[in-house]
Amino acid sequence: MLTRNRLLASVSALLALSFVAPAMAQEPIKLGEINSYKVFAAFLDPYKKGMELAVEETNAAGGVLGRKIEVVSRDDNGNPADAVRAAEELLSREKVAFLIGTFPSNVGLAVADFAKQKKTLFIAGEPLTDKIVWDQGNAYTFRLRPSTYMQTAMLIPDAAKLHKKRWAIVYPNYEYGQSATAAFKKLLKEKQPDVEFVAEQATPLGKIDAGAVVQALADAKPDAIFSSLFGPDLAKFVRAGSERGVFKNMTVFDLLGGEPEYLDPLKDEAPAGWYVTGYPWQDLKTAEHTKFFNAYKAKFHDYPRLGSIVGYSTVMSAVAAIKKAGSLDQEKLVAAMANLSVATPFGPVTFRAVDHQSTMGAFVGRIGVQDGKGVMTDWRFVDGKDALPSDADVRKMRPAN
Amino acid sequence: MTLPSLLIQLLNGLTDASSLFLVSAGLSLIFGVTRIVNFAHGSLYMLGLYMAYSLIQLLGRTPLSFWAGVILAAIAVGVVGVVIEMLVLRRIYRAPELFQLLATFAIVLIVKDTTLYIWGSEDLVGPRAPGLTMAFDILGKRLPAYDLLLIVVGPVVLGLVWLLLTHTRWGALVRAATQDREMVGALGVDQAKLFTSVFFVGAALAGLGGALQIPREPANLDLDLSVIADAFVVTVVGGLGSLPGALLAAILIGVAKSLCIGIGTTSILGFEIDFSRLVLVVEFVIMGVVLVLRPYGLLGKPPAVVRAAGSAPPPLTPPRWPTALAWIALLVIAPMISDDYIAALLIDIACFALFAVSLHFIMGPAGMISFGHAAYFGLGAYAGAVLLKRAGLPMEVSFLLAPFIAAAFAVLYGWFCVRLSGVYLAMLTLAFAQITWSIVFQWDSLTSGSNGMVGIWPAAWLSTKSAYYYMTMVCCGLGIAFLWRVLFSPFGFTLRAGRDSPLRAEAIGIDVRGFQWMAFVLAGAMAGLAGVTLAFSKGSISPSAASISQSTDGLVMVLLGGVETLTGPVVGAGLFTWLRDGLARETDYWRAVFGLIILLIVVLFPQGLVGGLKVLLGRWRESRA
Repeated sequence: MLTRNRLLASVSALLALSFVAPAMAQEPIKLGEINSYKVFAAFLDPYKKGMELAVEETNAAGGVLGRKIEVVSRDDNGNPADAVRAAEELLSREKVAFLIGTFPSNVGLAVADFAKQKKTLFIAGEPLTDKIVWDQGNAYTFRLRPSTYMQTAMLIPDAAKLHKKRWAIVYPNYEYGQSATAAFKKLLKEKQPDVEFVAEQATPLGKIDAGAVVQALADAKPDAIFSSLFGPDLAKFVRAGSERGVFKNMTVFDLLGGEPEYLDPLKDEAPAGWYVTGYPWQDLKTAEHTKFFNAYKAKFHDYPRLGSIVGYSTVMSAVAAIKKAGSLDQEKLVAAMANLSVATPFGPVTFRAVDHQSTMGAFVGRIGVQDGKGVMTDWRFVDGKDALPSDADVRKMRPAN
Repeated sequence: MTLPSLLIQLLNGLTDASSLFLVSAGLSLIFGVTRIVNFAHGSLYMLGLYMAYSLIQLLGRTPLSFWAGVILAAIAVGVVGVVIEMLVLRRIYRAPELFQLLATFAIVLIVKDTTLYIWGSEDLVGPRAPGLTMAFDILGKRLPAYDLLLIVVGPVVLGLVWLLLTHTRWGALVRAATQDREMVGALGVDQAKLFTSVFFVGAALAGLGGALQIPREPANLDLDLSVIADAFVVTVVGGLGSLPGALLAAILIGVAKSLCIGIGTTSILGFEIDFSRLVLVVEFVIMGVVLVLRPYGLLGKPPAVVRAAGSAPPPLTPPRWPTALAWIALLVIAPMISDDYIAALLIDIACFALFAVSLHFIMGPAGMISFGHAAYFGLGAYAGAVLLKRAGLPMEVSFLLAPFIAAAFAVLYGWFCVRLSGVYLAMLTLAFAQITWSIVFQWDSLTSGSNGMVGIWPAAWLSTKSAYYYMTMVCCGLGIAFLWRVLFSPFGFTLRAGRDSPLRAEAIGIDVRGFQWMAFVLAGAMAGLAGVTLAFSKGSISPSAASISQSTDGLVMVLLGGVETLTGPVVGAGLFTWLRDGLARETDYWRAVFGLIILLIVVLFPQGLVGGLKVLLGRWRESRA
């Protein structure tokens, strides 16, 4: 029996040692970044590259507060519980200045609430959910990307102008799809009171039964279709619909269909004429974007995706916040974030004081096919600030804290 | 829905049914002969799609090269199956039941990362089938030719496999092994070769199923797990080992899904019901109903008597006080000598340890495998959150009530589950878990739907990390101690009697089902306690707590530690959580590394980690004696 105890004791001791390894004080300013790298690889690979570029540029320019910056990344496996544990580790062991990142809405909301509890700044890069800045917004959380509501609102002018009466809707059955659908119905009804929504299909994320869904939509004889599908679901929907001739002479809107992540895999089958929001990287020639584009291309020998823009701009927002605060004190950082202006490849954006949402915009246009590739045509940039509800409405939604 | 629409939706359903059948056929075949629950079957399907994509690109876009690409991809996947069987599974056929599941889980992780490495992260949209890109007009609606072809492929493959099984010597051996593999071995058939060949056919069928989807489905990294659940459901609904049953089940599920989509939103008795929202759960509802009515699936037969490959599992040994005290002492001082993160990690480990121990409680001593144990974990967590946020109860009350709510659901679900046995029981628990998950996922007003609930923080006196840490240790420690104590009470011995010899147990007057039901409820309550403890430590809860992957994690923890030992699940939970947390920090390809480590443990310690260490210790002692 002694032997067993001795063995267990030594195992215990080893475990204990590995647990209590001391954290070393580091010279650079660390940003704690959490994301679902393996679960949403198609979007987050380019995102990570964007972050790396931002870090490189910042440090080449001498860093911030006289120190270099460093991003410490953690993979949350797409699971909020893992994300919160990673956040805990980043704060207590890596001693990061604050938190950035996250992709799915449930992870974003969980980390946001954790940040509130820990009184730590959190800049959510990608989560699209409206709730993170509105219904469940908190003092410590800011969000960069235009939300589901904003992106939907950007498409409304085109939708209303066409004056189609019967609309069919298809959406992935989770928060993003549900909010997009709700926002679309509400906003279009306001502009066009006689609109009718004749069919609605909620499809399981990643598992759309495309043939059946397309048929069900067509059976409702709509004048137009609003879709918030993306990724493999979108590709299956496009192919099933074109094979069945449903999209011929049909007006279709797809919320994220112009993002290179989801448009490029479609190649020459990209559905020409669809109204989408996205990122026309080929044709965007503004000074800010060209500079970013060239640097990105030189470093990675690849063109940037929307994820690259989000990753790059998230880190740049963090750097700008530190610069403006002049310190790493959380309250000063949070104060600095309000009305903070950040230069991004899409031009300057401002983090609004009223709801902590940035005014980053998106490109609205139509899909075209050029040289066997899907592109955006007739696009225009819509500033995020023009796609948001009034401040009074926002204040009503946001809890007071 | 008009008549033409109905017809088209039926045809759509048949197309999907055919695809479902192809994946399930291979799974059914492999399970029938080797008794392996092949978790990696979905990965083989995914590989089929990726390989077909690359092969067709290589060979060009003519009809001949398209079909050559599909066939070659299927063969290549078959070869991958052979490699898996020869390198890994062959070594562990004698391990306790279900242990092979652990190996196939590791293979899922490795295949996923390898695929990411080779093909990259972007979705790959394959070509349409050359020569079959047209669509037919049927009653004024168009149906793609390829979809019609697929409808035929399922039954044709069924026919071919049937011919193979009934008219060849190999088929006769496979059927014999399905019925009684020990006897086949005793009669001098080389089992190793037979198993390898079955694996080739099964894997090739999965690969074919994937490759045939190339015109309909982009190759992407989520296919493996999204397909595997479907394949299991079809196999079990049809009846394990019955290929016609699998086809029937596939048709039932495929058509039911299409009809849900076709009906869309309808008002029934004044209620607006959106049937399309049911699609994500309809197959599990069907499985639940089928299993409750027909305990061996639609066309399945009661399984042939399996001669246990040896004796019943050895009795458990209770933990010894000196060891237990040493661990308790270590856990008491841990937060004093380390940072908050260690406390957070240990809280996670403690919750998962209780979760794993509660699963082991029914899996090991009570002999009931559960694939859906996360239901009670999630229900406990959500019960705590809902009572706190929606009912406005104090945190302490919500916390204490949560395990009882999880137990209440276990009373309900368990009543149905204990009527079944083996894999059928496991799949019924999965059906209930998925139904629970889909309700939690979609009931916005109560559970906040897919976003999950936030702001579930403990009361003020527990708000510091160390306070909550001690509270977790007390709750989870008492939970574990309680379950262990029960196992060494007359109740626990009765459970074991029911597992080892149900007939004799009944003959001496033990109500085996009744005891199993009670064990199910106890395990559910403790899983609920684990769930609510974790929820309050994170401040948030989301539906993933009740998902398949949470259930799988629990199984992996138990198997990793060793199902035939008492402390195995605790060690398994600790190692699993600690490794996953640590590896993800060290390397981008942490899943592959994690998978390799699990494989190494599987091959070195077929009794699980703790079981293996015990064997080693025993040998060492013998050599000294």
